[in-house]
Amino acid sequence: MPRQSKTARLTRRAFTAGMGAAGFVAGAAPFGIVRAQTAPLKVGVLLPRSGVQAGIGQDCWRGAEIAGGLLQELGLPPLQLISGDTETNVDVARSRAEKLITDGAQLLIGAFDSGQTTAIAQVAEQKGVPFVINIAAAPQITEQGYKFVFRNFPTAAMILGDAFKNQKEIFAETHAAPKSVVFLHVNDTFGTAMAKGISAVMPKFDMPYKIAEEIAYDPTARDLSVEIAKAKSAGADALLVVSRLNDAILLTREMVKQRWTPTAILSMGPGWYEDQYLKTLGKLSDGPLSFVPWYDPNKPLSKKLEAALAKAYPGINLSTNHVYTFEALLVAADAYKRAGSADPKALAEAIRTTHITNNVSPGPGIMFNAKGQNDKLQLSAIQNRGGKLVTVAPKSAANARVVWPLPPYDKRG
Amino acid sequence: MSFDIFLNVAIGGVLTGLVYGLMALGLSVIFGVVRVVNFAHGEMMTVAMYLAVAAFTILHLDPLLMLVPIAAVLFAFGYLLQAGLINRFIARPEHSQFLLMVAIAIIIVNVLLILFGPDAQNVQVAYAFDSLQVGPLIVDATKLYAGLGAIAAAGALFAFFRFTQIGTAIRACADNYTGALVVGLDVKRLYALTFGLGTACVGAAGCMLLLIFDVTPTVGPSYTLLAFVIVITGGLGSMPGALVGGVLIGFTEAMAGLLFTPSAKSMFAFAILVLVLLFRPQGIMRRRPA
Repeated sequence: MPRQSKTARLTRRAFTAGMGAAGFVAGAAPFGIVRAQTAPLKVGVLLPRSGVQAGIGQDCWRGAEIAGGLLQELGLPPLQLISGDTETNVDVARSRAEKLITDGAQLLIGAFDSGQTTAIAQVAEQKGVPFVINIAAAPQITEQGYKFVFRNFPTAAMILGDAFKNQKEIFAETHAAPKSVVFLHVNDTFGTAMAKGISAVMPKFDMPYKIAEEIAYDPTARDLSVEIAKAKSAGADALLVVSRLNDAILLTREMVKQRWTPTAILSMGPGWYEDQYLKTLGKLSDGPLSFVPWYDPNKPLSKKLEAALAKAYPGINLSTNHVYTFEALLVAADAYKRAGSADPKALAEAIRTTHITNNVSPGPGIMFNAKGQNDKLQLSAIQNRGGKLVTVAPKSAANARVVWPLPPYDKRG
Repeated sequence: MSFDIFLNVAIGGVLTGLVYGLMALGLSVIFGVVRVVNFAHGEMMTVAMYLAVAAFTILHLDPLLMLVPIAAVLFAFGYLLQAGLINRFIARPEHSQFLLMVAIAIIIVNVLLILFGPDAQNVQVAYAFDSLQVGPLIVDATKLYAGLGAIAAAGALFAFFRFTQIGTAIRACADNYTGALVVGLDVKRLYALTFGLGTACVGAAGCMLLLIFDVTPTVGPSYTLLAFVIVITGGLGSMPGALVGGVLIGFTEAMAGLLFTPSAKSMFAFAILVLVLLFRPQGIMRRRPA
């Protein structure tokens, strides 16, 4: 009896369909392979990892180091980070940016400091390489009509506007407000921009205090005793300050030594919330209020970033430095994915159309206006409390009530 | 502005200036005798500051207690440097000496960067935040201890040069090189001793300055520059001139910061230097050459 098979029979039609399907798969496969093997985007990370801003620069680098795993989890392509140390020097920042581009960097991020960032922005624009700013607030950087420069960080005017709003909220909550302040600020690009901004923006907010005296100082100063003596002699209630890290520590030391505790320390810049500040000064670090670009603790990605930092660097608090460096890399990876290539123009175009809502910083998300500025960012008021940082304003993002006035330095044990 | 603020700031400036003076004293002694300008002076002081940081971190030893041991280490370093290297450059043109000292400075900065990293470091002694109050006066305790230490160290150095045989021999080398050779002095050994004493001065100054300021590897060049300003103001090669110059610069910076703007206080120190160069180029404490 002849054997008949119903299933194994191969018809001409089935063969043709099979060949067609195989051809389709074979044709599509190379694209799949290319996608799976996409070369990492070479990102030059320019930070002040030595010099007077080394502490903050290294903190920013931690934010870059922990980004890889999270970006992969988000389904974004890999990045190859190339470190460039600006040595807290504008000229070095410029030459390092040029060197990184020569070495093959396809996108730059950085550089914490407005002066250094301005120099890098000029190089990036000249060479046509996209530059995503992590931290730098001088407004002029995104007012030059640059096509390759993007900033996911508030400008000085944005910082001041939100800072004044948050201060008024705190004054209303505590039913107390200083009548006068001494304004101490560094005389670098950021400090000068903030000082100009304060005189321009403050009248619009009808603040309850007047600036009794403005004192500018060199951020590399080794001794700030004269500055504090001068501030103390002004007889103001509170201290309004725009500083960096080392000088924030020096200012605090001098206040303790000169036995002066102002009603409040209102900081509109870095320094007072940094881990190094908290660790160096211990109990003396408690109390200052910082009005800064922070993170939204309620966003899911914030929790993941916090966990990644805690795993990699136990004991270090998540801060502006990590958040905005991470987000700069997030912007880079997202743009690379959408651009589908490392071509600088395609990358810049993709960055321009960024719309990331699953992010860390407060506000609706990461998106850029025509000038390359994310103008949707919101700021928080945070306070140092027992070596930790709590958010005290705005109410929508607060997780603690403000301690007011500043506890006297000589009664902290 | 009340008078006690002026007085507080003035005292702080003078005390800091005394330590500056001790640092510059080392430079002045080296130049006055060996006639080599130590362009690695500030860097050598940062070495002393890091030694004090290490002693405090590892052994919990107060920088003031470590002052003598660290000065001794720096003395040995200076002695060996002069005996083994710089003595060979004594007869060479000044630009060769300059390049040698700058090379040593660069090596020191980079070795410190490798060993300690770029972060600012300090010591948290028990009295770090103390101040002494006498009526309206508030004096920073660390500055007071550092200033008194500087006076003691400078006094010991003056006494050494004035009352010991080696000190007298070193002064003879400084006054008349040929005469010192003729009477049979071992000039090269005395040069090495002098360089060692100069570096011991910066060693002591570094220990005291660490109580007041943080240290980073790259801070050396600014101290070298400061030491030059002080010794040129006081009189290059003059020991009392270095102390007077230090106090004058410390006081001027403090008062300029108080009366004008703190960010411009260094400008006033340089203004004094320019005035001295214009009207008394030999320095405040040196006699005009005949």
